[in-house]
Amino acid sequence: MRLNEHPILNFDYRRGKKVTIYFEGQPIEAYEGETIAMALHAAGIWVYKTSEKRERPRGLFCAIGKCSSCLVAVNGIPNVRSCITLVEEGMRIEKQVDKPKLPRDAKPPKWKDAQKVNADIIVIGGGPAGLMAAINAADAGAKVVLLDENPMLGGQLVKQTHKFFGKREQFAGVRGIKIAEILEEELKKRENIEVFMETSAIAMFQDGEEKLVVAVKKNKELMEFRGKAVVVATGAMERMIPFENNDLPGVYGAGAIQTLMNTYGVKPGDRVLIVGAGNVGLILAYQLVQAGVEVKAIVEAMPKVGGYFVHAAKVRRLGIPILTRHTILRAEGKERVERAVVAQLDDNWKPIPGTEKIFDVDVIALAVGLRPSIEILHQVGCQIIYARELGGHVVCRDNRMETTIKGIFVAGDSAGIEEATTAMLEGKVAGIAAALSIGVAAPEWLNEIEKAQEALNEFRSGPFGRHVLEGLKKVVIK
Amino acid sequence: MSEIPHFLREGYLTVEELKNYVGLPSEERLRAKPVAVPECPQEIPCTPCKEICPTNAVLMENPNAVPRVDYEKCIGCSLCVQICPGLAFFMVHYLGDKARVTMPHELLPVPKVGEEVVLLNREGKEVGRGKVVTLIPRERSKGDTPIITVEMPLELAWDVRAVRVRGE
Repeated sequence: MRLNEHPILNFDYRRGKKVTIYFEGQPIEAYEGETIAMALHAAGIWVYKTSEKRERPRGLFCAIGKCSSCLVAVNGIPNVRSCITLVEEGMRIEKQVDKPKLPRDAKPPKWKDAQKVNADIIVIGGGPAGLMAAINAADAGAKVVLLDENPMLGGQLVKQTHKFFGKREQFAGVRGIKIAEILEEELKKRENIEVFMETSAIAMFQDGEEKLVVAVKKNKELMEFRGKAVVVATGAMERMIPFENNDLPGVYGAGAIQTLMNTYGVKPGDRVLIVGAGNVGLILAYQLVQAGVEVKAIVEAMPKVGGYFVHAAKVRRLGIPILTRHTILRAEGKERVERAVVAQLDDNWKPIPGTEKIFDVDVIALAVGLRPSIEILHQVGCQIIYARELGGHVVCRDNRMETTIKGIFVAGDSAGIEEATTAMLEGKVAGIAAALSIGVAAPEWLNEIEKAQEALNEFRSGPFGRHVLEGLKKVVIK
Repeated sequence: MSEIPHFLREGYLTVEELKNYVGLPSEERLRAKPVAVPECPQEIPCTPCKEICPTNAVLMENPNAVPRVDYEKCIGCSLCVQICPGLAFFMVHYLGDKARVTMPHELLPVPKVGEEVVLLNREGKEVGRGKVVTLIPRERSKGDTPIITVEMPLELAWDVRAVRVRGE
C-alpha cells in the first residue's frame, strides 16, 4: 500500500511516471524512481526469494543494498539486489530459488572494456560523510569523483524526517531529508565534482602512487576509477540478533522500514513491534505513527531507554509502551510475520518463564545497532581493530581520518558508528586532509580541519560521547 | 537498578521530576503571559533553543548542558517550541480557571482553531477534552513543526503534553 498523506513528506513530487513490471509473470504497478523491492512491497508482495537449503521464504532486511535477503532475478540475470535496483517498464522479475545460474548467453564485461575515470580524489559513498568530503575536497582545489550504489544521494539522510540535534551552524533544527537536499545542491554547484550513481565499488588496489577503485555500474558495467587519494564513506550495516524465525519476511531492519515509508512512501505494514529503544528504535516508532502505522510496543533488553530521553517522551505521550528488560523470543507466521512473542528478562538477562506476551503484528523492526561497513578497507589491507564502542571492527586512522595506508581516508559510520552530525564533520576533515595530502590544497585549509576537529570534540564532550571517546582511544593512531 | 531515574526507565517525566530538575514557574508568572518550559533533563549535544531565543532566556553553560529557562526573561514567543529538534519545549499560560498549553503537533490531521481535541498526558492516556485556540502552521513555524495552543481546565496544565485530533 502506498502512502498519500503524511505530515512531513509529499510523495506526489517524488513519484515518477507509472510503469508496469512483472513479478512471476503477474503485472505490477510501479513508478519510475522506485526500486523493485519498494514496488513489490507496495503491491503486497513480501517474499522475494527462498533460502537455498530449506526453501525458507526471504524478503527485505536492510533495503540499502548491504545484505542478500532480497535478491531476485531480473530479465534472467540472478542475484540482483531488488532494494537498490530501479524499476524499468516491462522488467521481468522472478523469485530466486536454489542456486541461481547465469543464462548461457550472458557475457560478463571484459576488463579492457571498462570505462576509465581519473580524478585527484575518489569518494566512495554519497551519504553525509561522503558528500561533505567531496564538497570540501573540491573547494580545497581537488578534482573529485563520487560514487554511490544507491539511486539517490544523501545516504540515510533521505529517510530522516526528524530534526537534527547539535548546533544550528551544523544543521541542528533542520530535518535530515532537508540536509540531504542542501548537500546535494552544494555538490551540484561544483564543477570539479563528477558523480556516478548506481555504481558499487567492489575492490580497491594500490597501483604505485595511485589508487584504483573497481566498480560496477547498474549491475553490469565494469568501471575503473583512478585517483591519488580515496575517501571511504561507505556507512554501516544493520545488525541482526538471534531469535526463532528471525529470517521471516516482515522482520526488517529499522532502516529498511524508514526507507519503505519515508523514502518511497510505501506502508511497511499495519502493526509493528520494535526491538531496541536506542535513538533509531525511538525515532522509528514516531515516524511509524506519522505514517499512520500502529506501533504495539518497543522492547528493550536494558533496564532503561538507551536513546535520547526526548525521543522516548515523544512516543510515550502518543501511548506507545516501552518495555524495558524485555526481549523478543520468536517470530511466528508462515510466509510472513503474524505474531511476535516477547518475554521479560531477569538480572542475568535470561527470559523469565511465564512472562511471555504475544503481539499480533505483521512487522518486527530490529533497531539493535549498526556495524561499520569496512569490507573495501579490509580488502585493500588497512589495519583493523575491534572497538565495541564504535560498533565492532573499524579501521585504525589518525586524527585527520587517514588510515594505515597513505592516501586512503575514512569518514562517517564506516569509521565508527555515531551520528550524522559527526559524520559530516569527519567527512569535512577527511576531504580536506585528502586534498592536503596530495598537494592540491593551500596550507590555510589546515584551519578548517582544526575547526571541524574542535566541533567534533565539543559534540562528543557530553555523556553520550563518552563511550565514543573510549572507542577512539583504541582506534586513533597518534 | 535504583540509580536509574524513573524517566529513563519509563520514558516519561513525572511532574515531580520536572519540578526537581528544572523548577516550575511561579503562579504569578504563569498568569502574566505564556512561559516556556523545557522538558529536556538529559545532557545531549543540542543548542537550537538557546541559539534562537531572542531574550537569552534559555540558559546553557555548554552545548551538552541541560537547558533551563529564566522565566522572568522569557517573553513567551514560542520560538523554542518551534525549533526544538526533540519536540521537548512547551509553553504554559494560566487564564482564570483555564490553562493554555502550547505544544508541537507533527501528526495528521492538524486540528483547526476552535476544534475540540482529546487531551493526552505524558503516558498517552486520555485525561480530558480541550479546545485549540491558536495554530502556527508548518510553513510559518521557524522549525518546520506545526505548533498548537490548547485551552484546558487549569488542573490539567502540567499533565497534558499531546492531543488526539478526531478529524472529520
